[in-house]
Amino acid sequence: MQPFTQLTAKAAPLDVANIDTDQIIPKQFLKTVDREGLAQGLFYDLRFDADGKEKSGFVLNDPNYARAGVLIVGDNFGCGSSREHAPWALLDFGIRCVISTSFADIFYNNCFQNGLLPIALPAEQVRALMSEAKGGNHVFDIDLETQTVSAPSGARFHFDIDPGRKEKMLKGLDAIGETLQAASAIDDYEHRQALQRPWLEPA
Amino acid sequence: MPAMSGQTLYDKIWDAHVVSTDANGESILYIDLHLIHEVTTPQAFAGLRAAHRPVRRPDRTLAVADHNTPTEGQALGTGAVADLEARMQLQTLERNVAEHGIEFLPMGDPRNGIVHVVGPEQGRTQPGMTIVCGDSHTSTHGAFGSLAQGIGTSEVEHVLATQTLRQIKSKNMRVTFTGTPAPGVGAKDFALALIGKIGTSGGTGHVIEYTGEAVSALSMEARMTLCNMTIEAGARAGLVAPDEKTFAYVMGRPSAPKGAAWEIALANWRRLVTDPDARFDREVVIDVSTIAPTVTWGTSPEDVVEVTGVVPDPATFDEPRAAQIRRMLDYMGLKPGQPIASARIDRVFIGSCTNSRIEDLRATAAIVKDRKVADHVSAMIVPGSGLVREQAESEGLDEIFRAAGFDWREPGCSMCLGMNPDRLAPGERCASTSNRNFEGRQGRGGRTHLMSPAMAAAAAIAGHIADVRDFL
Repeated sequence: MQPFTQLTAKAAPLDVANIDTDQIIPKQFLKTVDREGLAQGLFYDLRFDADGKEKSGFVLNDPNYARAGVLIVGDNFGCGSSREHAPWALLDFGIRCVISTSFADIFYNNCFQNGLLPIALPAEQVRALMSEAKGGNHVFDIDLETQTVSAPSGARFHFDIDPGRKEKMLKGLDAIGETLQAASAIDDYEHRQALQRPWLEPA
Repeated sequence: MPAMSGQTLYDKIWDAHVVSTDANGESILYIDLHLIHEVTTPQAFAGLRAAHRPVRRPDRTLAVADHNTPTEGQALGTGAVADLEARMQLQTLERNVAEHGIEFLPMGDPRNGIVHVVGPEQGRTQPGMTIVCGDSHTSTHGAFGSLAQGIGTSEVEHVLATQTLRQIKSKNMRVTFTGTPAPGVGAKDFALALIGKIGTSGGTGHVIEYTGEAVSALSMEARMTLCNMTIEAGARAGLVAPDEKTFAYVMGRPSAPKGAAWEIALANWRRLVTDPDARFDREVVIDVSTIAPTVTWGTSPEDVVEVTGVVPDPATFDEPRAAQIRRMLDYMGLKPGQPIASARIDRVFIGSCTNSRIEDLRATAAIVKDRKVADHVSAMIVPGSGLVREQAESEGLDEIFRAAGFDWREPGCSMCLGMNPDRLAPGERCASTSNRNFEGRQGRGGRTHLMSPAMAAAAAIAGHIADVRDFL
């Protein structure tokens, strides 16, 4: 996983609540066996019309927001399907950080597996950042170590993050490698379980 | 022992599966059963291969093909799947399970079907287990009093490699359904009413336990419908404490414990209850006698209305909700104040992990028997598994469906998410028993109204959204 420490990037406002993972990456892009190359499908139905032409009204098609690295979105972002293709597509497009009032649990968790930083802030702070991003004055600074978002106006907000997730994100740690260091504890658990719940063992 | 408050069912299952917990409060949680399918696993197996890691417990893993599978011609095998990308993904799963020695119920096997129908049907799903699958509707299995959650592909790889998940414990939420439902009202209506009340993020960060006499009265299949929809309320897992109905459902199934092992299991499962003095972080109570047959009008499962109700008028809401409603009405092709029952439909889909079990098909048959699907409506029924299909045929339900004008299909996820050839055309309006009415979910531009199987059956006959109580 690529680490996340600090990011200075354009922020694009997408002021819609309840954006589900079907909208982030529609089903036809889930047939891949790879993690890469999903940027083409990101927000496909919002970005492109039925003929595959870019829709002019969509923020990520606006040249002012080209190469945006931060997305500011409405409440409950990433609800619905567990598809990890959603964070993969965002990252492949160049988005490294998403700011909202709230995220759906599975999406939130998937972000941390991939070095995509989801930042949850109170509603009035998200509104302030959203309007600043809409105004075109839109290069934001995100610092994970100090847990701060800074906007060009000087607005500076602190965000909360679980300390364990923060550490893994900063270092880009491999979760499986970490867990395998506890292999003997898993062995012990399995031995205990075989005694306590013997019906779960193969006959 | 110091005095302390009791434990919830979630607390008990959690505690029984914690391998270790670190200083930050993140636990390594042991996983008893890992269900896998073709769409969310290729990258996980590729990751294992790249790191030269084996699958720790292939015996605790079960694979099916369901999302991509066409719902006709399955006997021809994956080599005959016309969509080349779908075929490659299905064949990738076949190679991966063979390489790692994982039990696989392939397309065409009578035991194959939607992963959340197959697990319970085979007796792999059992009370008190931790269950994961790279699919958000894994919450379905909570109907058995198991902690069942959807996970992403990185976590699928983590579980394959370690048989554990790294997780921070969720909060406890209790939803109590009291009272007795009116005829024509069932578990799907309970779920839609709940989501309408608390919203699609109402359960975020929580595990929901469903209790109350109306839940006790539900069959196992109806409990699966209720738990299935938990993720649409934002909670990763929902559960129902196991009872005699649960044990009767599990007993005798192929992977259920047998003989002495069954007795030991049963004694343990009977302890899977929330203590009377346990505390919940959030409580919701709903009297089901106040619930009418319910449908969705918008593009989120929280946008519900009683079938006798009208489409909301954005002018009566504040921003930003008003703008959201305008956007949804535009997408859905509905007018403010329009009676929802006046919405003319083009398609009917009865199926999905929410509502494709034998009871759902019986409820459908009871409505459509000796009636005809409206001329302008194309209606399909997709059983949840090959065994459900066989059971329905042994009861003659397929004859009733065909006589009424339904298309009787082979099992799979089908039009719930349209990864296979079954999908809506732009602008088509569908009465659907699935779980998501998101924009484009069932096909770009498709308009989905979620409802129960009986309500979808009534809509098929009427040709518009209709009150099932007029058909009872």
